[in-house]
Amino acid sequence: MPAPFILDRSSVTQVMAWVLVALLPGVATYVWLFGPGILVTLALATVTALAAEAAMLKARGYPAKPFLADLSAIVTAWLLALSLPSLAPWWLIVTGTLFAIVVAKHLYGGLGQNIFNPAMVGYAVLIVSFPVQMTQWAGPLELTATPLSLTQSASVIFGGDFPKATLDAVTMATPLDALRTGLLQQLTVDEVMTRSIFGHYGGVGFEWLAAAFLLGGLLLWALRIISWQVPLAFLAGIWLAAGFLHFFDAGRFGAPWFHLFAPSVMLGAFFIATDPVTGATTPRGKLIFGLGAGLLTIIIRTWGGFPDGVAFAILLMNLSVPLIDAWTQPRIYGGAKHPDKDPSA
Amino acid sequence: MLAALLVMVGIAVVIGLVLGWSAIRLKVEGNPLAEKIDAILPQTQCGQCGFPGCRPYAEAIAKGEADINQCPPGGEEGMKKLADLLGVDPKPLDESHGTPKPKSVAFIDEQTCIGCTLCIQACPVDAISGAAKQMHTIIAAECTGCELCVPPCPVDCISMVPIAEDLPHWKWKHPVIMMKRVA
Amino acid sequence: MSRTLFTFKGGVHPPEHKTESNTQPIHSAPLPRHLVIPLSQHIGNPAKPVVNVGDLVRKGQMIAAADGYISAAVHASSSGTVTAIDMQAVPHISGLHDLCITLETDGRDEWIERTPLDYLAMAPTELRMQLRDMGLAGLGGAVFPSAVKLDPGAAHLCPTLIINGGECEPWITCDDLLMRHHAADILQGVAVMRHLLGSTEILVGIEDNKPEAIAAMQAAAARMDFAVEIVPVPAHYPGGGAKQMIQVLTGKEVPSGKLSTDIGIQVFNVGTAHALARAVHHGEPLISRLVTVTGHVQRPQNFEVLIGTPMRTLITLAGERDGTTGVLMGGPMMGVPMPSLDVPVVKATNCVLVKSAELFPPLPRAMPCIRCTRCADACPAELQPQELFRFAKAGDFGRAQEYHLFDCIECGCCSYVCPSHIPLVDYYRYAKSEIWAREKEKRASDLARERHEFRQFRIEREKKEKAEKLAAKAQAKRTELSAAPAENAATSEADAKKALIAAAMARAQARKAEAAPKNTDNVSPETQREIEEIEARRAKIRELARKPLEPKEKN
Repeated sequence: MPAPFILDRSSVTQVMAWVLVALLPGVATYVWLFGPGILVTLALATVTALAAEAAMLKARGYPAKPFLADLSAIVTAWLLALSLPSLAPWWLIVTGTLFAIVVAKHLYGGLGQNIFNPAMVGYAVLIVSFPVQMTQWAGPLELTATPLSLTQSASVIFGGDFPKATLDAVTMATPLDALRTGLLQQLTVDEVMTRSIFGHYGGVGFEWLAAAFLLGGLLLWALRIISWQVPLAFLAGIWLAAGFLHFFDAGRFGAPWFHLFAPSVMLGAFFIATDPVTGATTPRGKLIFGLGAGLLTIIIRTWGGFPDGVAFAILLMNLSVPLIDAWTQPRIYGGAKHPDKDPSA
Repeated sequence: MLAALLVMVGIAVVIGLVLGWSAIRLKVEGNPLAEKIDAILPQTQCGQCGFPGCRPYAEAIAKGEADINQCPPGGEEGMKKLADLLGVDPKPLDESHGTPKPKSVAFIDEQTCIGCTLCIQACPVDAISGAAKQMHTIIAAECTGCELCVPPCPVDCISMVPIAEDLPHWKWKHPVIMMKRVA
Repeated sequence: MSRTLFTFKGGVHPPEHKTESNTQPIHSAPLPRHLVIPLSQHIGNPAKPVVNVGDLVRKGQMIAAADGYISAAVHASSSGTVTAIDMQAVPHISGLHDLCITLETDGRDEWIERTPLDYLAMAPTELRMQLRDMGLAGLGGAVFPSAVKLDPGAAHLCPTLIINGGECEPWITCDDLLMRHHAADILQGVAVMRHLLGSTEILVGIEDNKPEAIAAMQAAAARMDFAVEIVPVPAHYPGGGAKQMIQVLTGKEVPSGKLSTDIGIQVFNVGTAHALARAVHHGEPLISRLVTVTGHVQRPQNFEVLIGTPMRTLITLAGERDGTTGVLMGGPMMGVPMPSLDVPVVKATNCVLVKSAELFPPLPRAMPCIRCTRCADACPAELQPQELFRFAKAGDFGRAQEYHLFDCIECGCCSYVCPSHIPLVDYYRYAKSEIWAREKEKRASDLARERHEFRQFRIEREKKEKAEKLAAKAQAKRTELSAAPAENAATSEADAKKALIAAAMARAQARKAEAAPKNTDNVSPETQREIEEIEARRAKIRELARKPLEPKEKN
């Protein structure tokens, strides 16, 4: 084996482990705001993902141990779980995770080969197939009368039996969903925003969750696990597109701060769009990738058929990564340009 | 009506002139496809494809008269390049035309050689020097390893010697990463 | 004197491990019993042996001469007898053998007559030829013949001369020690370089982890009669790479695919400058060098080693330890694993690094690339290593070249930082050598095509010439024939038939005449006899060949 004979102390496992650590503030906030139900969801998704990963590795003839130890399956599981409603039924969680690991990851060639972010593929499949279940969110604790305990949450998730009296009190639409429904009822943004679910920026509780994801994202950036380009461009894309629309018709389009502080945006910007496997690799490409995902998110939120557009926006940008990378090859030492633009090459 | 007809005729004449002019000015010499195919072929000139040399084989492929899998010296890789160029599916090499062998050069045992010049006549690239009743020698740098000189030799003094790896010809190997479990 | 320094992009900071060996003084390695001196120690054509087996040679005597412009001579490192000129193991990763001259030393270590060169009085071309014949080649690792680099050419001027004392590779300290102990000699060599290149600005770049070397060089520089600037540069691998050193010192980049001389800069290693001084001022050809022996040995240190000394000798000197897992020539980032310990020290050997499982644990298993682009952040050539890897792995060498594979300096930074532990540089080396092999193959096939086409043309031309000659003969006969019947006036059918037969015979005759050389007509009987003898022999050959020969094969 030729040089080099020494390595920096880094590994895929280490990278993935830091991503999981950076998700912890978000998870903690989730529990604090929405009750311990998310822990059940996370555990179920993790177990499903690991089992699916092990089975697929075996089927494809890869050794299970090093590939399970890389933690990438758990990252996918957590990202999907955190995108799901907190009281989603067990079969929804399992279906989404299985689809993410089996189809989006392994059928595309496994770690490093998948074109689309597995968690977002899982999410997209669920929201297209089960729109009703996917929009039944447990409301923030401060708005719900009787918070559910861990066991209660588990029985809701696995048994589907909501405590009858509290059903309406427990579940409610997300702020984005509420805004969308309100706008469809010909209400103006200001009229919709008077409802209790909307907080200062993004919606009661949701804005704290967004802040926790932001915190975790900044940790990843400080550790140089993610670069600044993608999150910044993503947030800028959202802010610019939403601000532009809001500036022209504040009655029909939500404020940019409202859009930014939806938790899906922070999760998407720092944890999902920054997925190295499915994202652009060049510095300029990362900016374009993030900006495009941000713009598309607002376009889908505003005119699309679903309340949130982060997943679809990222999947669409995943699709354009080879093109973006080819177009944005940077200048190298000694000044040779990329072949596409260099006639002498 | 008349005006329309005149316009149409006028356009036809102009376009015709342009086409005619470009047919003369931009005439492509030779058969460009055959050229491209010929560039891919290994130029061994061994005739294993059934044609007298690489160029005739290239022309036959270009005309659709020969298949892309008849060239053993070009090997799997050459066949794939041809498939790529012609936009057809790769297919396994036709074994009736021979199988790929390690690259070799001919070697004349100079003790046995009687100087009959038969091999000189057989060599497609004039890579054998010598004269009647004089000992013959292979110019190794120009030998393509086609083996055409081997059968005509009346005293069987020509053998094919695989090219040994030496420092100037040494290549870095494809790194082996054991990603999959080895069965 | 402080200078605005620049930075290069990328790079890494591996553990330095310099103190193991740079705290010890330089020792001379003892004279070994046998010296195995490879003939291809430099880039370019291998040197050609000028001695025979059994010859007695003296220390410093040329034993193989430079072959062509880009080449360098090879000398006997000590006095003794040439015992073999054959293929021996050389310090190359492949373990393949190469042509070497083996000397059995006589222990007297007798020098040839050494005459210093009066370089200021010599014509530059003559001086360069002398340096080539003294075997000078770059001692930084690339071993490019120095005489070629010291030729500024007609159009190029080298206003800037950079002396590279970077030594950024971990573990290696031979340049450090050389600068500490031989600073004055180095600068004497620099004076010769400056003279040949006409440089006006001379910069010596030394990484700031070598304060003693910097101090020694500064003291020596103060005593020179020309301005030499000793510039401490930040220790940052691969800061000792020529392109990176140029960028740090001048802020200029060597354009892709060009040489540093194209932007008026030439770079030499400090060791080369020292060897140049020894050659010019002492008349000593390049027969020894400083070698760091370090890693898993009892007494890591630097030795003054004769070229051709087996590496095993050095390791024994430094104290071999149990648990050795291999030996590298060079450092851990770019070094080459040695196929055996019996390979000799050559001009390129700056370090013999002994590995052990503790110092160099086996690399962890490689995982798939996750496109994290840490390699791109670390790449000093500012390439996209993850893309190059993808293309090289897939065998898409064209695309790899489009993505500037050949701008890769193989420094190993990408492999060092890769969280998936992929041996990226391996893939680039593989792709490069595959591309070179293909270019070679392409040239060979182009040559074959050309020769084949010429042969076809020649055969065609010979056929045509033959046909023309035949036609001419036939024409001549026909005119003869047609003249005869005219005399007889009476033409019958029988006559016509006769005429036809006669014409056919004439044609056959003509063919024969064509086959036989014309100068066989009207020759003396002796010559005729000789011709007949030859014909008889020819018939024999025909018999042997079981096939008549074509006329063209005649002598």
